[in-house]
Amino acid sequence: MDISFKNVSYTYQPNTPFEHRALTDLSFTIPSGSFVAVVGHTGSGKSTLIQHLNGLLRPTAGEVQIGEFKLTANEKPKDMKALRKNVGVVFQYPEHQLFDETVEKDIRFGPSNFDVPDNEIDKRIPEVMDAVHLSTAMLERSPFDLSGGQMRRVAIAGVLAMDPSVVVLDEPTAGLDPKGQKQIMDMFHQLHKEKGLTTVLVTHSMEDALHYADHVIIMDHGTKYMEGNPTEVFTQKEKLQAAQLDLPEIIQFLRKIEETFHISLPYKGQTIPELAAELSLLLKGADGYE
Amino acid sequence: MKDGYIEFRNVSFRYSEEQPWVLNNVSFCIPVNQWVAIIGHNGSGKSTIAKLMNGLLFPVEGEIIVNGLTVSEETIWEVRKSIGMVFQNPDNQFVGTTVRDDVAFGLENRGVERQEMIARIKNSLQAVSMWDYQLHEPHRLSGGQKQRVAIAGVLAVSPQVIILDEATAMLDPKGRKEIMQTVNNVRHQQGISLISITHDLNEITQADQVIVMNKGEVWLEANPREVFQKEKILQEIGLDIPFVAKLANELNKDQMILQKQPLNQEELIEGLWTYHSKM
Repeated sequence: MDISFKNVSYTYQPNTPFEHRALTDLSFTIPSGSFVAVVGHTGSGKSTLIQHLNGLLRPTAGEVQIGEFKLTANEKPKDMKALRKNVGVVFQYPEHQLFDETVEKDIRFGPSNFDVPDNEIDKRIPEVMDAVHLSTAMLERSPFDLSGGQMRRVAIAGVLAMDPSVVVLDEPTAGLDPKGQKQIMDMFHQLHKEKGLTTVLVTHSMEDALHYADHVIIMDHGTKYMEGNPTEVFTQKEKLQAAQLDLPEIIQFLRKIEETFHISLPYKGQTIPELAAELSLLLKGADGYE
Repeated sequence: MKDGYIEFRNVSFRYSEEQPWVLNNVSFCIPVNQWVAIIGHNGSGKSTIAKLMNGLLFPVEGEIIVNGLTVSEETIWEVRKSIGMVFQNPDNQFVGTTVRDDVAFGLENRGVERQEMIARIKNSLQAVSMWDYQLHEPHRLSGGQKQRVAIAGVLAVSPQVIILDEATAMLDPKGRKEIMQTVNNVRHQQGISLISITHDLNEITQADQVIVMNKGEVWLEANPREVFQKEKILQEIGLDIPFVAKLANELNKDQMILQKQPLNQEELIEGLWTYHSKM
């Protein structure tokens, strides 16, 4: 589903002493099937943005369009349920939302609320367990007996079981150990490709944005600050720093190498072993001096 | 070992007799005025260690000594006075209706005099860049802002030990760096100990000492440089090392290019420069 924001503003608790404007005149388009990373420092409006994607919030001004669903200040889709079925949101720490006695019951809860027939859910359960790399032997266990990483996978399986066409991920790897982080991100990347999803990833990790996304939106003070292809966006050091963001570490490092040794070493998606090989070769030939 | 502010002596813990041990014969010492990072895979027992330190849980076997006191039902109130702790999820620890009131809470509990309280609230909120939000409602802040406020609450009471249990997980990398710098400055100025439980690989580089937990046991206790040389086995136990350390190890794989394990980009570039000038 195509997603578009047209001049969207959002104010929390308007006309109260707590009034707070979180989004200002925000416009962008996400074509169906893209993997978009939304990046910005804390409080830049990222979480407010994604709550518009499944109609938890409606713009105070402007217009949000998600497929055929339209949200404005005075207009909400007739069928909000259909929107929410199509847009699966994995919130921060989704495992805090687990509640049922068994993993299976917890996963069923979402789709059965959306009136998906039981036999269809039966069919989806092994598929989503496989997608999140959990064994079906776990279905009868209590989700609360599982490890943190496993609990998160169960919560994600519950979202996938609704068979959404848009998946919104709000810091999906926070709190996981490095191995768990990589596994979860690889899993979403694979799902994105296999199922042709539109994926919106909110992240603080420039590395993940660089590695997985095909488009990046940088938020600052509630509005769009930069947008484009990750490699292009992430090479603009000064502009990013003005929004209190750093370059991905590898690009930062390449910059410093170039400055120190007066050589050219552009970022082209090289892996660490590739970079090491390139470096040792270059340093033998470089004639830099300070 | 004797200068330790916190000491674990052969501590084991499990929630009940039918359940497996969460911690198994754990011993270590957190010295005064040091930064100790605790890392480990999810479920390795890191957070249990934090909860044992201020008596939210008690050891099943072994003992824990905080500033000369053995942690027990009788001593917890004394122990907790000296320990400031920030958890992963700040939502669970807000009490005030405004950011300012929330930071004031800990100070009121300790009977800090009003003038002093006002000054400390301002200093600590400024330290975490949240002074502008002093009249906001804590539960309406973003995840990262909440964490900042929770950290301000701990800084305000100036404890002897600050424990951050993945307290910066929701911050952006820059914010995380700033907060850790702030907390570390406070540690220097006041000569206190800092314990950070973390998955952030770059944070470890700044610690004096790293405790690596695996399956409820202390797997390694070493300084960051030593830890980063164990890339392969760390990855086997669900962990990883930072970009700089990985690149350095890769560079040294075939031929010794770097003489010293670098902790940051500057040290790595310096090492490359030394190598280059000898060519």
